[in-house]
Amino acid sequence: MTPRRRTRPFRKVLIANRGEIACRIIRTCQRMRIKTVAVYSEADQGSLHVETADEAVAIGPAPASQSYLQVEALLAAARKTKAEAIHPGYGFLSENAAFARAVEEADIAFVGPPPEAIEVMGDKLAAKELATKAGVNVVPGNTRPATSDAEAASMANAIGYPVMLKAAAGGGGKGMRIAGNDAEVRELFPLASGEAQSSFGDARVFVERYFPNPRHIEVQVLADAHGQCISLGERECSIQRRHQKVFEEAPAPRFDAGLRKRMEGQAEALAQAVGYRSAGTVEFIVDPEGGFHFLEMNTRLQVEHPVTEFVTGVDLVEEMLWIAAGEPLRLQQDDVRPATGWAIEARVYAEDAERGFVPSIGRIRRMNVPSAAKGLRIDTGVVEGSEITPHYDPMIAKVITYGRDRQHAVRAMQAALDGFYVRGLRTNIAFLANVARTERFASGQLDTGFLDSEYPDGYRPTLPQGNARDAFVAVAVCVYLTVEARTGPAAPTDLKPLIVTLEQESIPCRVSASEGGYDVSVDSKQLAVRSTWLPGQTVFRGQVNAKPVVVQIDPAVEGWAFTHAGVTVSALVRTPETAALAVHMPKKLPPDGSNELRSPMPGLVLSVTVAEGDQVQAGQVVAVVEAMKAENQLRAECDGIIHRVGVLEGDNIAADDVIVEFAEADTG
Amino acid sequence: MQDVLRTLQRKRRNAHLGGGTARIEKQHAKGKLTARERLSALLDPGSFEEFDMFVEHRSGDFGMQRQTIPGDGVVTGWGEIGGRPVFVFSQDFTVFGGSLSEAHAEKICKVMDQAMKVGAPVIGLNDSGGARIQEGVASLGGYAEVFQRNVLASGVIPQISVIMGPCAGGAVYSPAMTDFICMVRDTSYMFVTGPDVVKTVIQEEVSHEELGGARTHTAKSGVADLAFDNDLETLSQVRRLFHFLPLSNREQVPTRETADPANRIEPSLDSLVPAHPNKPYDMREVLEKVLDEGDFFEIQPDFAGNILIGFGRVEGRTVGVVANQPMELAGCLDIDSSRKAARFVRFCDCFNIPIVTFVDVPGFLPGTDQEFGGLIKHGAKLLFAYAETTSPKITVITRKAYGGAYDVMASKHLRGDINLAWPTAEIAVMGPKGAVEIIFRADMGDPEKIQQRTEEYRSKFANPFVAASRGYIDDIILPRETRTRIARSLKMLRNKRLTNPPKKHGNIPL
Repeated sequence: MTPRRRTRPFRKVLIANRGEIACRIIRTCQRMRIKTVAVYSEADQGSLHVETADEAVAIGPAPASQSYLQVEALLAAARKTKAEAIHPGYGFLSENAAFARAVEEADIAFVGPPPEAIEVMGDKLAAKELATKAGVNVVPGNTRPATSDAEAASMANAIGYPVMLKAAAGGGGKGMRIAGNDAEVRELFPLASGEAQSSFGDARVFVERYFPNPRHIEVQVLADAHGQCISLGERECSIQRRHQKVFEEAPAPRFDAGLRKRMEGQAEALAQAVGYRSAGTVEFIVDPEGGFHFLEMNTRLQVEHPVTEFVTGVDLVEEMLWIAAGEPLRLQQDDVRPATGWAIEARVYAEDAERGFVPSIGRIRRMNVPSAAKGLRIDTGVVEGSEITPHYDPMIAKVITYGRDRQHAVRAMQAALDGFYVRGLRTNIAFLANVARTERFASGQLDTGFLDSEYPDGYRPTLPQGNARDAFVAVAVCVYLTVEARTGPAAPTDLKPLIVTLEQESIPCRVSASEGGYDVSVDSKQLAVRSTWLPGQTVFRGQVNAKPVVVQIDPAVEGWAFTHAGVTVSALVRTPETAALAVHMPKKLPPDGSNELRSPMPGLVLSVTVAEGDQVQAGQVVAVVEAMKAENQLRAECDGIIHRVGVLEGDNIAADDVIVEFAEADTG
Repeated sequence: MQDVLRTLQRKRRNAHLGGGTARIEKQHAKGKLTARERLSALLDPGSFEEFDMFVEHRSGDFGMQRQTIPGDGVVTGWGEIGGRPVFVFSQDFTVFGGSLSEAHAEKICKVMDQAMKVGAPVIGLNDSGGARIQEGVASLGGYAEVFQRNVLASGVIPQISVIMGPCAGGAVYSPAMTDFICMVRDTSYMFVTGPDVVKTVIQEEVSHEELGGARTHTAKSGVADLAFDNDLETLSQVRRLFHFLPLSNREQVPTRETADPANRIEPSLDSLVPAHPNKPYDMREVLEKVLDEGDFFEIQPDFAGNILIGFGRVEGRTVGVVANQPMELAGCLDIDSSRKAARFVRFCDCFNIPIVTFVDVPGFLPGTDQEFGGLIKHGAKLLFAYAETTSPKITVITRKAYGGAYDVMASKHLRGDINLAWPTAEIAVMGPKGAVEIIFRADMGDPEKIQQRTEEYRSKFANPFVAASRGYIDDIILPRETRTRIARSLKMLRNKRLTNPPKKHGNIPL
């Protein structure tokens, strides 16, 4: 075989997507000296993917249905710019067989699988049937939809309880119902069927075995147009919130090599059976007994693909482009095994983690991304000043860290999240940083019940203890003395007593200046804090007792708010003389917000679904607020009785306006 | 000799107790600190030098001769804040309720006279029930002596009043004539006549807090500039304010070392002004990104939010900032915002503090409320203040600069030293829509034509180029380079010399 020495697969590629994934694809194209064409809606004018591409074409108004989902507009843009290929990214039209077909019919290369493969894998029943034929372990159950509640019940009995009633065309958790016995099946079957019809226009529902809290592990495959297929190892994606992945990693922790080999073999077999081409992902659930079962195949590049890239050294987008150009796989299976090191990804979203993860929209007023370093990759489609609009996925960035082993990757992730400073809207960064500090995360004992068991009552940051508290104390002293050094009289170098107040707790310590920092003694412990932090910097980087510490600093009226490990505390440093006076200060606690539900955003109240005296349950919708044309359901965060309703239908409200107040809980 | 030393120590201890432990405990129980505790929190540790610790009142009426307390209800002297001198007086509520006697007033006058001689600011901590009624007219005379000194010191040394307890009747006028008034929430109030008199005279029931509390004066009346949660927080913020101020009108603005580079570029400012002309944005973001270390010390944050005033630093040197705030009332000028900004501009001019003005102003607020309230004269205050200012003036127009409000906001014509505009600036007599409705009144029935005319007007006038072509704008700059352009201009203007014609004083439209 004479290798054709093509220097690049295409001269020009159009990216039919936006945000971080468009930027990420453009980056690889630029490295490969391929010209890029961005497309953008009216809401994305001037956004990062438009700025970084060589050319950009406007494709319509803000709503995705009128822009990024407009097949004709995309094809017209490709023709106009003479793009030779279209990369669909993920989401939008990436798994739309009609789009793939239309692209190919327009004589443009589709950087993805053949339309037929998309079609088969997009139909859960067809996919399961094919998987069964290919010898892939599937979830016990029928591949034939149930036609009645009675049939569903008999199917369920044959499979064994608990079972899941699942929409054939479903996804994202919609159209799924779990039943533990015959009665529940009979009750839930019509509901599942109705929801499947209304959500997907396809009422077919099938019955399969339900595994509570399995692990979610997926295998990355690459297949070329010449029938070759390799796998690039697995990814663990078990940490999920409402079926949305939060953390992903590669390889999977506590994962048996034999299991991996069998899983990879089946993934490859499935890809072959469907005539797959390009990068694809075969998702499995792993039950506590170690059995694994095929879930679905994602016929596109996954959000979490960077973790695989880190441990394999393969640029998946580059391989997709070569494959789309008809090249045979440039890698053999042996080239990618074994995976070296460990990679973890965290998804940073503009959402309010402390208010049930409602999206937070608006301008990113401040954004300090942890600076690029070896073992740290930040994929983002926004910069400081960008607007997060309600039209699209509110992702801000993906933080991917790499280390020689899992512990190192975890530590790098903790530091990266601690130093990721975003202000102007709410984000889940603190939540992610908190998750990354849990013992269970460190232990790698993951399953899809992780977040529910670690945060049974939602995310409620608690005050730091032990080492975390010490770090706050040391940083507070360092920040205080650095600021004082230029405003007050020269800081004495001898031992000096100071009182650090973290929230309500006062901690006496003695401080002396030292080379590059301060030595702080507190509770008979010695803390050596070293830093080059300068006043005005939003992120403090330094060491406490030679361990790196990263703390976000926001000035408060007197003192600061420190954020570290997902916890924000007020910090105040005083001399003992002033601290002695502080005991006389009246306690002015901010109004206790725990018995209120406040609007996370400004908007128009569309409806209020509760009245005074109503008993509500956590998660129940209390009001619907329209903000920037999107409807947002505001839910109760805990069970309670409505004491007062603060808004009326039709009210224009500001962020933080009280929607409802709950009655004081009985503490007797 | 030893005896004499012991006597002094005993007398000092005695003086330090003020009104005695029981009254001190009472003061603490109210969440308030004593006069001396406050000074220790305000001043650098160990820097306080007291005057007149042993002064006593000279009243012989109503049995007062039997009650003398050293210091007579006010602690006075000088100390340092950040190593810079400051004269202070701190009224002691534990001594005769902090009431002002002749001797008490003399002590205050003494520190004020000293402050004037050396050119250092005065900070007064007010916590006083009012005049010492037992002394009658002598007390009134005392107030007036203080008032006179306030007025003579105005514009020579900065004067800061901190209201930390009651301040009523004639006593309010001394703070009123100082440069800044800070209050403590829930434990301080100021009014000319208290709730009892109000009830007697006009049968209106009102609480102390509602009539003259911190919220009232920072948000409604605009009498107070700042309010904080407690004594310690308040005093820490007075220190912060002090760091920005020159010691007197003979001194340069203070400088502070900073690691924040003057040539810092802020790309995100390029996307701050929204495409839609009526969509607001937060002007504070500009201030945070232009000033050193993002540090903007806002004055009157709760009053007339359509204009922002406050201090910041550029290259370590203090600047006064005035900025229209599109987030409130579209940033238009009205009575309150004009008064607020005018007084601030004049303060900066008194002490040669350069003024940086950010402009996004659609005009003056229309309506009977405003006109009946005298908007003409109030708006003229800001115009007058800017026009008479001789300290360096830098103006940046970010978006709208319409009509008379354009002229007022430190325009080139009012001796603006450097006037810059962002490319999004629109300098015009009025907005395109309004202009077209006047110029093309005949076409009003034809929305299509009006639309077309509006677009024409927009492209012709809704930009900074027309003004730039006349030299009203010195340069059109990229928003991202605002900080570096301001820093360079300020540096160039450091030795600016400009004097107004000799006169007793101008006649600002009060």
